[in-house]
Amino acid sequence: MKEAIRLEGVTMRYRVPHERLNSLKEYTIRRLKRTITYGDFVALSGVNLSVAAGERVGVIGRNGAGKSTLFRVVSRVLIPSEGRVVVSGRVAPILELGLGFHGELTGRENVMIQGALLGFSRRQTRARLERIVEWAELQDFIDAPIRTFSTGMAARLAFAVATDVDPDILLVDEALAVGDEKFRRKCQDRMAEITARGRTFLLVSHSLEQIRNNCDRAVWLHHGAIVRDGDSETVAQAYHEWSLGETDQVAPAPGR
Amino acid sequence: MSDATERSGVGEDVRLGFPSSAPAVYDSARRAPRWIEEAVQLWRYRGLVQELVIRDIKVRYKRSVLGILWTMLAPLLNMIALTLVFSSILKTAVQNYPVYFMTGSIFWAFFSQTTTSAAQQTTASNELAKRMFLPRSVFIASAVGGGLVNLILSLVPLILILLITGYPFHPTWAFLPVSILVITLFTAGISLLLFTVTSRFADVREMYTVLVQTWFFLTPIVYEPSIVPFRYRVLLSLNPMYHLIQVFRKPIYDGVLPSPTLLAGSFALSVAVLITGWVYFSHRSDKMAYWS
Repeated sequence: MKEAIRLEGVTMRYRVPHERLNSLKEYTIRRLKRTITYGDFVALSGVNLSVAAGERVGVIGRNGAGKSTLFRVVSRVLIPSEGRVVVSGRVAPILELGLGFHGELTGRENVMIQGALLGFSRRQTRARLERIVEWAELQDFIDAPIRTFSTGMAARLAFAVATDVDPDILLVDEALAVGDEKFRRKCQDRMAEITARGRTFLLVSHSLEQIRNNCDRAVWLHHGAIVRDGDSETVAQAYHEWSLGETDQVAPAPGR
Repeated sequence: MSDATERSGVGEDVRLGFPSSAPAVYDSARRAPRWIEEAVQLWRYRGLVQELVIRDIKVRYKRSVLGILWTMLAPLLNMIALTLVFSSILKTAVQNYPVYFMTGSIFWAFFSQTTTSAAQQTTASNELAKRMFLPRSVFIASAVGGGLVNLILSLVPLILILLITGYPFHPTWAFLPVSILVITLFTAGISLLLFTVTSRFADVREMYTVLVQTWFFLTPIVYEPSIVPFRYRVLLSLNPMYHLIQVFRKPIYDGVLPSPTLLAGSFALSVAVLITGWVYFSHRSDKMAYWS
């Protein structure tokens, strides 16, 4: 099976000052007085992961376990401090719906920008506009400023643009949990459509329900390391039990 | 043009509509030198630059009554006020002060607005580039693009003033694109440096606002260089803006081309600043995701 994502000993380390210093004045003064202290924050430590093309993988873990960092490393927002990341194919993120929307601009104008953020040319986005609007069921509102949209409407539009891309690898960060029941079902259907076409699918979610429904495999991150990796049912169950406090200890940690 | 480039890349990725030359494999262990990689990515995302420039123009004018007229009106009002002060009160010897001042102020507005906007782009760029892959240089490019649009627009009131005051249109106007190119290279270089520093230290933005204000008065925009006392002339010649302003002003106001020395010097300086800015920026751009 072709490999879509491979992480080899990926460590993500931040050197952070103990206090946040984003003022040059303060930085200079403290630097001269030598009172800046740093600490290392390790968001990912030695993560090894291989995802085959067409796999549907869920990522679970507590807040701060490194889930978002893992996504950022895969989508090349962050360059790993150590190790290697290899990603084959186009990555499309569905992270926060409506990121990059501008309230003063119309729905149509915002779609053009979203398209450009995903790497489309004007012509390409315009060719898709009709279909996007239709899917989002916003034909009557598309020329009104986004600020007049409800949250649900904006989310619908953002989701429609992002999933119209048909990428090789889709990164989804809990974006599915918005909107009304009908819209959620529609999103689910579209996700299923995408994975049915053999696209790789990575989902971060706190909802084990979502992981079970959408993924075949799940990866459990704890303090920046993978502690469980297996079929989604088993891993979700183990995580669930652990988070209820039924088991004290995190299951044997491979790769530590 | 875009049709041709897109069709030529039809090979694999029409389906995705991704920039067709995008590499299918990303390998963090095998990256091109940063300054090359950033340039390649910027080119790939040129559509986004265009979109951001259009967005900024639309947003700026959408809710303003005077709309696009304002861009043209502002330099006119400034000019009228300064002409009153300089011709009536300070009795300047400058011939046709309105044209003299406006050539300088248009140039300065382009430089200061573009660099300031680049420094402000750090917030918007962090919000997006922290979450999805984007070359951050698109935000600087869009600041420069927006500045250029304004520069072109503000030529309209300048032409108006030339017509009203009966000032001749010298054939050297044809040289203006070259002048604009030179000052754009310089402005882009400063924007890159400023963006990089501001990404790390947000307070640099305010410091720069003050600096730019002072710099304005140290540059012969509202006054002519000949009133500067002789002992300060050396200092004046150390100010890059003193030379750049002449590259822009001479073809319009004096009706002569900038001297080869002036042109070559300004061009070399601008290219040097741009390269420095580009290398510094791309070298630090990996880090920007941590700073934000």
